[in-house]
Amino acid sequence: MPDPEARRWVGKRYKRKEDLRLLIGEGKFVDDIQLPKMKHAAIIRSPYPHALIKNIDTTQAEKLPGVRGILTGQDVKEMSKPFPCGVPIPPKYYSCAVDKVRYVGEPVAVVVADSRYIAEDALDLIQVDYEPLPVVMDIEEAAEPDAPVLHDNIGSNIYSHRLMQYGEPAKAFEEADLLVKGKFLFPKYGSTPIETYAVVASYNPVNQEFVIYNNYQGPFVNHSLVALALGIPENKMRWIVPTDIGGGFGTKTGVFPYIALIALASKKTGMTVKWIEDRREHLLASATGTDRVTYMEAAVKRDGTILALKDKAMDNTGGYIRAPEPGCAYRSTGNHTGAYQIRHLDREVMVVGTNKCLTSPNRGYTCQELYFSVERLVDMVAAQLGMDPAEIRFKNFIQPDQFPYTTATGGIYDAGNYQKAFQKALDIVDYPKWRQEQEKARQQGRYIGIGIATIVDPSVTNIAYVTTALTPEQRAKGHPKSGSGESMTIKMDPLGQVHVIACTNPQGQGHETVISQIVADELGIDPDGITVSNVVDTHDRVYTITTGSYSSRFASVGTNALVNATRKLKDKLFKIAAHLLEVSPDELVLENQKFHVKDQPEKSIAVRHVAGTAHWHQTALPEGMDVGLFASSLITMPTSKPPDELDRVDSSNTYGFCCEVIVVEIDPETCEIKFHKWASMHDSGTVLNPMILEGQVMGSITHGLGGALYEEFAYDENGQCLTASFQDYLCPTSMEVPDIDIGHVETPSPFTALGSKGAGEASCESVPVAVANAIADALAPLGVVINELPLTPSKIWHLIKEAKAKQA
Amino acid sequence: MKPAAFDYIAPKTVEEVISLLTTHEDEAKILAGGQSLMPIMNFRLGRPGLLIDINGLDELDYIKQQDDHLLIGGLTRERTVERSPLVRDLCPLLSQAISFVGHTAIRNRGTVGGSLVHADPSGEIPTAFCALDGRVKAVGPDGERWIDPGEFFLTFLTTSLEPTELLVEVKVPVLPQGTGWSFMELSRRVGDFAIIGVATLLFMNGDGTCREARIALGGVAPTPFRAEEAEEVLAGQAIGEELISRAGELAGEAADAEDDYHASAEYRQEMAKIMVSRSLRQALARTGKGN
Repeated sequence: MPDPEARRWVGKRYKRKEDLRLLIGEGKFVDDIQLPKMKHAAIIRSPYPHALIKNIDTTQAEKLPGVRGILTGQDVKEMSKPFPCGVPIPPKYYSCAVDKVRYVGEPVAVVVADSRYIAEDALDLIQVDYEPLPVVMDIEEAAEPDAPVLHDNIGSNIYSHRLMQYGEPAKAFEEADLLVKGKFLFPKYGSTPIETYAVVASYNPVNQEFVIYNNYQGPFVNHSLVALALGIPENKMRWIVPTDIGGGFGTKTGVFPYIALIALASKKTGMTVKWIEDRREHLLASATGTDRVTYMEAAVKRDGTILALKDKAMDNTGGYIRAPEPGCAYRSTGNHTGAYQIRHLDREVMVVGTNKCLTSPNRGYTCQELYFSVERLVDMVAAQLGMDPAEIRFKNFIQPDQFPYTTATGGIYDAGNYQKAFQKALDIVDYPKWRQEQEKARQQGRYIGIGIATIVDPSVTNIAYVTTALTPEQRAKGHPKSGSGESMTIKMDPLGQVHVIACTNPQGQGHETVISQIVADELGIDPDGITVSNVVDTHDRVYTITTGSYSSRFASVGTNALVNATRKLKDKLFKIAAHLLEVSPDELVLENQKFHVKDQPEKSIAVRHVAGTAHWHQTALPEGMDVGLFASSLITMPTSKPPDELDRVDSSNTYGFCCEVIVVEIDPETCEIKFHKWASMHDSGTVLNPMILEGQVMGSITHGLGGALYEEFAYDENGQCLTASFQDYLCPTSMEVPDIDIGHVETPSPFTALGSKGAGEASCESVPVAVANAIADALAPLGVVINELPLTPSKIWHLIKEAKAKQA
Repeated sequence: MKPAAFDYIAPKTVEEVISLLTTHEDEAKILAGGQSLMPIMNFRLGRPGLLIDINGLDELDYIKQQDDHLLIGGLTRERTVERSPLVRDLCPLLSQAISFVGHTAIRNRGTVGGSLVHADPSGEIPTAFCALDGRVKAVGPDGERWIDPGEFFLTFLTTSLEPTELLVEVKVPVLPQGTGWSFMELSRRVGDFAIIGVATLLFMNGDGTCREARIALGGVAPTPFRAEEAEEVLAGQAIGEELISRAGELAGEAADAEDDYHASAEYRQEMAKIMVSRSLRQALARTGKGN
């Protein structure tokens, strides 16, 4: 690792290279793609949550001038296969409903027309006869044997179910002084990126090849799955993702069925077809995080030591289950015990289906759900023991000298100093002062509460984690999976300028900027002059099954690949320079874009002349050396191993830390919430660009605040979505976000080249529960139980009213 | 999210508009600011055959004082009214109410007339209009008529305007010096539809007693309405905390709220009491100090 002091660009507030084009409207998104003879698609969607499709009559729609063709579920069934999914019996999930619909908004048919207006007019003319079926909306009811069954081939609504034990939980529960348990309900909420799903597909009957522009978050996994569903060789399907994606957050992984659907529409109609999802479609039917019911119990010693956890978590993936689910239930396996030394665990996980919209990862993928129960429960344990919630956390934290720390579930936490970061947050807020203020306020009938959450933020998913959905015996019969690789290529052109070819497919994270900073430091050049191309093109880019941007992987494995490739290039430059100067490479120093012999500054050669030689004077190179100046690295994280026979898995590869300390006051009359003070402290290892990090942390906090107070995909008991527009699905805006003190502690990761790790998801995992803890703390004297989100004023008002009635 | 096909016409005079409305009646819709109509059409919840765009009718864009009233042209943008010094000085309740309408970009396009005609029960302008006891001037094929709030708002999104009539002017009173006023609102986020909006006015006697109180509530009934029993409790009285609570109670009882996803009926009823009390306290604090 280079000496951090020597870093000139990494760690600096270097301005984003991406901003100018975005600010002046010159970004390149899928909707900017215009192809010759391109037609437009609109999708007719189910108004029913569960119904048989008796008949689809497209006769009138086909007669509408400008309509070029209609694709129905029947066509989709004939032209493709169900998508594979990593559960024992996958449902028959096609890109379009076949015979039956299972959630409101499910695609039923696609119209291709000369314009989107005509396509939508044609939707009005399609007659679909439905026969409604009983619906199931509740997670626990869905798992009951008498629930209406969504998929006959499965026979129940349980997509995945596993029992797992780590350590000796039964023994720990016997040794405990105290057992504390709770039931926790996490809502269905999502990400609502500014850019919705977008696909432009073109089928070429001459070579039977699909070219598909889309805004998927990487080719990872789903390129293969779509090829399998379409029944074509993978190299006959070229995916191109333009330079810009308007936000991903996991939600964009759910575009893959539409990639297949629009590809089939193109094949059937013989047209190039564009489909841009509108906001209503997005809110109704794209993808959300999972809602989850958790029963969790802690076995605790009187001194506050948490010995063991026992939990049952039930996730809901809606009408079907699709990749990367059942990741929801397994993605946080390695960090299931959070920031604490809890060695014993009894887990039951279940993934069920209901008549709701399907799911995808949602920023912090399932860690919001996990920590909502863990961190609420830790507060409940503290309350029962009469301990301070900060004190109980210090009591159970992993110690700084224990890293790398292997958790009971197999996670290998790379680095951290949780005590230091947490103390810093408490100091910023002036925790003791607010505890006093709280006392005073309570005497005045005011509700002040302090909420804490201290969490471990996993980044760089190990592809293997999803196989924990299978038992060790089932896994032994299949092909193992493992890894988390990423690719980077760097080249120096004949005039000595540097270009980097990435395939990380950013959705706003600023990779172009950070890549330039890192390469500038490695090669001692100016970042302004470095160019970066970062588009996905499955034909023209080198990538692997894990390539893309998800699970905050750029700062860890992305930078590893980049630094590795850059150092290979640098090594080659040294070798050529040494050859030309007739010395050995270790005698050379690179300074001011010149190589010179140590202590002989006059014996030198400029980098650009070395580059020139590699391209223009090829026979002058050392014997056997490849000409030109290119270097690639496609590397994985070495800790990314398959689960062992005890279901232990390092489900991610780097683990950051994040904590929130939040002081709220609840208006006793209206139950509106006011924030007095908020400290958000982060340790994501080495900070690559503080300005970009600030933006990501602020976004993550805001997103978490949405889950805490505002956002929910709510359904009525008949299966209709109540929040299918931005009038009802409420994302917090700048007006709702209070002043927040954001701080950083840097504990470099030993597993990454620069010590950096993921950062953009952490607060999304900690804020929902920290706000809930603050509200619970404020209302503790009333005996109010807080175990659900979002906490709207109306909901809090009812909770207070009920608690008061109980007390009376 | 594209609208169904429609015809479009942009007349230049009120006469042309009336003539078009007379020909097309229910088939036609007036396009003013479009802040509610366009989403309704894009969702295909409304499919007017003809859109009559009145944005070219400059004659309907004005704010002027006439004796003890302010006259506001039906097409005047909400933002214009909100920022008008005349309105701030002479009818500050209206400026304040408008500041709660959506966001600046919405107020830049939305019109005062459009908001009244849309008749959303939680609309800020309709609620303030009730408290102010304003009038709207409608022009139709048979000439013009003035309509007061009680006759104008019928139920959710429905007014007594005939399909052939156009709202051309809004008339609100100039508030006498010393009048207490307040507009308050509870909403999930800044700019959202009100869970409850409350407009109050306290017209005062020289001896510091209340001559007349006006209390209007939005969001807690099918139309904005005046809490008359609560108003009566205050009239002629020296207002104190006890009367304010009593008025709040009565206003809350007059509410007829419904459950929705954002707030229960019970919460809304309770908030009616609380917000009316709070609003009266604010109005009272403003009495006697001039506007």
